[in-house]
Order: sequence, then C-alpha cells, then structure tokens
Amino acid sequence: MHMHKYEKIWLFFGIGSLFLFLTIVGVSAFAQGNQPPSCLTTIDPEKVDQTPPFNKPGLVKTGDNEYQLNIVASAFAYTPNQIEIPKGAKVTINVTTKDVIHGFEMVGTNVNMMVEPGYVNSFTKTFNETGEFTILCNEYCGTGHHLMTAKVKVVDKQ
Amino acid sequence: MNETMKVDRRDAKLAMAHIYVAFIALALGGLAGLLQVLVRSGKFTLPANINYYTILTTHGVLLGLVLTTFFIIGFQFAAVSRTAGTLSDKARTTGWLGFWVMTIGTALTAFYILIGEASVLYTFYAPLQAHPGFYIGLTLVVVGSWLSGFAMFAHYAKWKKANPGKTSPLLTFMSVVNMILWLVCSLGVAATVLIQLLPWSLGFVERINILVSRTLFWYFGHPLVYFWLLPAYMIWYVVIPKIIGGKIFSDSLARLSFILFLIFSIPVGFHHQLVEPGIDPAWKYLQVVLTFMVVIPSLMTAFSMFATFEMYGRSKGAAGLFGWLRKLPWGDARFFAPFVGMLFFIPAGAGGLINASHQLNQVVHNTIWVTGHFHLTLATTVVLTFFGAAYWLIPHLTGRVMTKTMNRLAIVQTVVWAVGMLFMSGSMHFAGLLGAPRRSAFSTYGNSPQALEWIPYQIAQAIGGTILFIGIILVLIIVTNLAFFAPKGETEFPVGEVAETAERTPLVFENWKLWIGITVALILIAYTIPFIDMIQNAPPGSKGYKLW
Ligand code: HEM
Ligand SMILES: [Cu+2]
Ligand SMILES: [Cu+2]
Repeated sequence: MHMHKYEKIWLFFGIGSLFLFLTIVGVSAFAQGNQPPSCLTTIDPEKVDQTPPFNKPGLVKTGDNEYQLNIVASAFAYTPNQIEIPKGAKVTINVTTKDVIHGFEMVGTNVNMMVEPGYVNSFTKTFNETGEFTILCNEYCGTGHHLMTAKVKVVDKQ
Repeated sequence: MNETMKVDRRDAKLAMAHIYVAFIALALGGLAGLLQVLVRSGKFTLPANINYYTILTTHGVLLGLVLTTFFIIGFQFAAVSRTAGTLSDKARTTGWLGFWVMTIGTALTAFYILIGEASVLYTFYAPLQAHPGFYIGLTLVVVGSWLSGFAMFAHYAKWKKANPGKTSPLLTFMSVVNMILWLVCSLGVAATVLIQLLPWSLGFVERINILVSRTLFWYFGHPLVYFWLLPAYMIWYVVIPKIIGGKIFSDSLARLSFILFLIFSIPVGFHHQLVEPGIDPAWKYLQVVLTFMVVIPSLMTAFSMFATFEMYGRSKGAAGLFGWLRKLPWGDARFFAPFVGMLFFIPAGAGGLINASHQLNQVVHNTIWVTGHFHLTLATTVVLTFFGAAYWLIPHLTGRVMTKTMNRLAIVQTVVWAVGMLFMSGSMHFAGLLGAPRRSAFSTYGNSPQALEWIPYQIAQAIGGTILFIGIILVLIIVTNLAFFAPKGETEFPVGEVAETAERTPLVFENWKLWIGITVALILIAYTIPFIDMIQNAPPGSKGYKLW
C-alpha cells in the first residue's frame, strides 16, 4: 500500500515520540518505582472494624521517620478526619471502605486513589512542607458524597 | 459504482426515527447540564428537594448513552442504504425492531432515574444498587442496538454476495467496523448487567464481585468512546471531502485506520482503573501501552484530513504554505461545524494522553479535569460533527432543503458552542488541576482554603455552560426547521470519491476473520491473567446499598 512521503515522515516522528513517551512512563514506573496505587491486599468489608490495622485507625509510627496512616472510609466520612503529620515524615497511607466505593484524594498532592469494598489501597508520600491539606471523596458514593472530607495538618516537630 | 444516490424513503423513515430520539435526548440532557453548572457555581440550589445526582444521572445517560447510540445507528442506517443500496425488507424490519427495543429500554431506564430509584450515575458502579428496572432498560438498549448491528451486517453480506471480489463502499465498510467494535465491547457490559447486577438487584444473589463488575464495565467503557468517535471519522473521511469539492485522500489508509481502531480500542480498559486496588501495576502498564497505539490511526486521520484540505485548496490555485486555508468553504455549516470539532480535537487528544499515562493520571483522576476532557472529545468534536451531518442528513431524509437563514444560524450555533465550551471545559480543566472533584454538587469542604480557590472557575464554568445551553436551543431550532418546516426539495447526501492518484484498495481489509482474530487475541492477552487473578483472589462480595 502506497503512503505519501510526507505521511511517512509525519508517522515516523509521531510513532517515534510515542515510543519515547512510553519509555519515559515505563522507566518512571518500573525503574523509579512511580507506580500508581495498586495494593493487592484484600479484607472482609463487613469486618473492617475488627480487622487490624483498621480496628484502630489513625497515624502509627513504624520506624525512625516512618509512619502508617490507616483510614476507614464509609458513607459519608473518613475515620479519623483530623490528622496531624510531623514535617518530613514518610507516610504510608492505607485506606479501605466499609460500604460502597469511595475516592481518596489529598488535594494538591499526588495522593489520589480508589477505595473499593474488599480491598485495601495504599500510597506512600513524604511530607516535606508544613501546611494544611484537604482530603475529599472524588468517587460518587451517594447523597452526601460532596460532604465527605477530612483534614491533614503537616506540623513542625517540636 | 453500484450506488443509489438517494436513501430510499422507507430507510429514511427508519433513520429519522433514531434521529428524533437523539435530539429529544439532547434537549432534556442539555437542561440537566444547565442545572448542574448552576448548582456547581454555588449560587443556585435545586428546587423541591431535587437530588443533584438524579440530575447528573439523567445527563450522563441521556447524552452519553442515548443521544450517541441513537444518532449513530440512525446515521449508519442512512449511510449503508445510501452506499450499499436500499435495505431488504427483512433488514429494515430488524432495524425497526431494534429501534423499538432501544426506545422502550430508554423509556424504562429514564423512568426509574426520574422517580429517584436509580441515582447511580451512568456508570452504575456497584455496590450502589439501582432498581432492577434501570438495569433491564439498559439491557434493552444494548440488545436493540445489536439487532440493528445484525441488520447492517446482513446488508453488507448481501452487497458482497452481489459484488464478488469487489471492495465494499467505504461508508458501508466503516459502519460494519464500528458495529463489530460495538458488538465485541458491549458483550462486557451485557455480562456484568445480566450475570451480576440484575440477579443481585432482584435479590436472587446477595453479594457481587465489585472488581469484576468494574473491569467488565471498563472493558466496554473505553471502546464506547471509539464507537462515538468513528462515525465522526466517517463524516470527516468520506463526507467532508465531497462538501468542500475535493477528493478522498486515500481509501486504503482510511480503511487501515479503522481496522487499527478496532484492534486497539478494546484491550485498554485498565487505563480507567489506573489508581484502583486489586490489579497488578504491570498489567496496567501493558494496557497503557496498548492504549497509546491508537495514536497511530489518530495521526493518520489528522494527516488525511489536512491533506484533503490542502489538495483541494491548491487545486483552486492557492499559493504559499497556508494559502489553501482561504479556499475552504467557511460559510458552509456542513463544513464549518465539523471543522471546529476537528480543531477542538487537538487539545482534547493531548489531554487524553495525559489521562492515560500511568503517573499523570494520579494528578487528574476523578477530578473535573476529566469532565472537561470529554466535553471536548465527545461534547464538542463528536457532537459538532454530528450537528454538521444533521444539516444535510435531515433534509436529505425528509426531502427538504436548508435555507440560507438556517445555514447562517448554524454557523452562529457553532461559534456559540465553541465559545461556551472554551469557558466551560477550560475552567473544568483548570479547576481539575487544582483538585476539584468531578461528580460532586457544590461544596466548600468545610471552608477549606483549597476548595475556595475553585469557586471563580466554577462561576466561569456556569457562564460557559449557560452559553452552551443557548447553543442547544439554537441547534434544536435548526433541526426542527429541517425536519418539519424547511422548503421541500432535494438535498444531497455527500459521498466523496477517491483521488485519482490513490491506489487500488487491497481486499485484505475485508478479511474479517483476520481482524476479529487479532482483536480477540489482544483482548485475551491483556485481560485473561488479571481477570483470573481477580476471581481467584476475590475478597468477600458486596451487598447492595441505596445511599441516595
Ligand atoms: C448545555 C450543555 C452542557 C452542559 C452545561 C454540561 C455540563 C456538565 C457538567 C457540569 C458535568 C459534570 C457534573 C459533575 O461531575 O458534577 C457534566 C457531565 C457530563 N456531561 Fe455534560 N454538559 C453539556 C453537554 C453535554 C453533551 C452534549 C454531552 C454528550 C454528548 C455531555 C456528556 C456528559 C457526560 C457523559 C457527563 C458525565 C456524567 C457523569 O460523570 O456521571 N454533556 N456535564
Ligand atoms: Cu463519595
Ligand atoms: Cu478510555
């Protein structure tokens, strides 16, 4: 099949940049560990309150400067909903839901994940600046969906 | 060429029936859209306890599912009748059966949404549980569309039998590709509705597997957008060249790009599930790579379009690098509306690359950026192309002609749409980057300073949405005029001819066993292992919830 010379040039550069682009995305994901939240841990959604660590949701220190933040989502709230994180902390956020699907978005950061019944989702972030972040639900979950929110304060260590 | 120049009156009626439903859906869905932007501005609340999410479900279902499917099937019936000859009585009867099944399904679904029994949005993610009538209605819409698809396949087969060894007419070929795409992808949504959601909503089973149902939905959801887009491409590839007085750049390349869309638009649903649990990121990446392959036919299409325009302009004596632009028929709404749609596709496509990237998706996932994105792709590129097609298709089918006044109004309509969308979609993109969520009524999230930053954008969004609503009123005036009041006469159904310089089309494009085989193979590669994983490692299922 015949292709015009200009079209060949056009496609050559188009497909070339496509592969460059996919390589960048791939290297970032697999070599530098920038994978999207894809936790494979499962949980019984009706027994969240009895299952550790979600039986005691909140911030837990796990290492020198390392923390776990365990959060339970349910219609239409996050538990806990007022969170303080020391500046510089590396925090692994684990979230699960007791009922329907929710979102978990920390506005202004890359923390953005789906929270689905039966699964834990997880993302790790280091908080290098002090400040306040809004957490909100960005997946429709019912009438109170737009009221579902929590607050994170990153504070100076004393 | 074995072509009838005019669509048979009986086929025209069938096509028009679909088009009426499509534009009624536009009117009602547009009204819902207006209410949404007003609510999200924070300056207006819905009267009489109307639930925002009932309105949003109505908008998504009517515009995302009903307007598109009805217009596409109506247009394609007209296209195959025009290019492959009048439908047989059997094919036409099947088409009518499909129409009524879809229409009854739409009415049923709309009924349960409007009485508040199905405020689950047009993606109906479990475990939110709608009334069984909602799922039954949707099933009927899909089954009806299959009947119409079968009628088109039968019509194509009849043409092939009568013309052994010949390449089929381009528009008929393209319609067949689009209906194969639709059939293969809608099997996924049919599976989750019939095997999972319906029995569960009827109480036959207590729990369902959430991740499986979402995966089946998105196996359908992405090709769905190509099912919307390909008819617009049919118009760009075949109709626009004729309208401007030029030729189709290359028949083979047009067919090749359609085949590539068929192959690469299905095994890619995970790019809608990039930030969700339970799916290994390596499989997500594989589907991201496959997603990006549609860049190739998209670039081919862009090249073809602009090559057609330039060839035509130069044949009219245009000089200089861009002199040909001046030769294009800017005053002809049949050209102008789709052309503006094409322009909008440039930023829209770039936005799509961002959405589908593994990491950038995390920044925009479920923010109103995404809504801004598909109001460019679907609600501008596709919709303006459909409007542009309606301006000749409706008078062709009803035996009327578009007056100069209506043509001028259609140009104004296009400009109004472009301006409204620039404001609405533009502010959606910016607010989304600042984190504003989609599918959410107005909220300041407890006076969060971050949420207060979005308000100016939400007001701009409301201004843009209001302008768009004026655009909807204008197009409804034009369409009503063309269907019932325009002067009687003959309007052409423009079908372009291939440029003399183009080569003969190889028959391999109609080797369906080959293309469907590759399509199925890619689907199996992309989905089998993660799907088995989902089932083997499934958590306990979910009961239904009605939280609205
Ligand atoms: C007057 C014109 C329109 C306005 C003002 C409008 C406005 C909106 C707004 C504000 C949203 C997002 C609401 C939210 O997420 O909270 C939305 C969603 C949507 N719109 Fe439009 N829109 C218009 C036309 C269209 C057209 C023509 C189409 C398709 C052909 C369309 C398809 C959709 C779809 C599929 C959604 C997604 C619904 C969902 O997320 O569940 N819209 N629209
Ligand atoms: Cu929510
Ligand atoms: Cu997609």
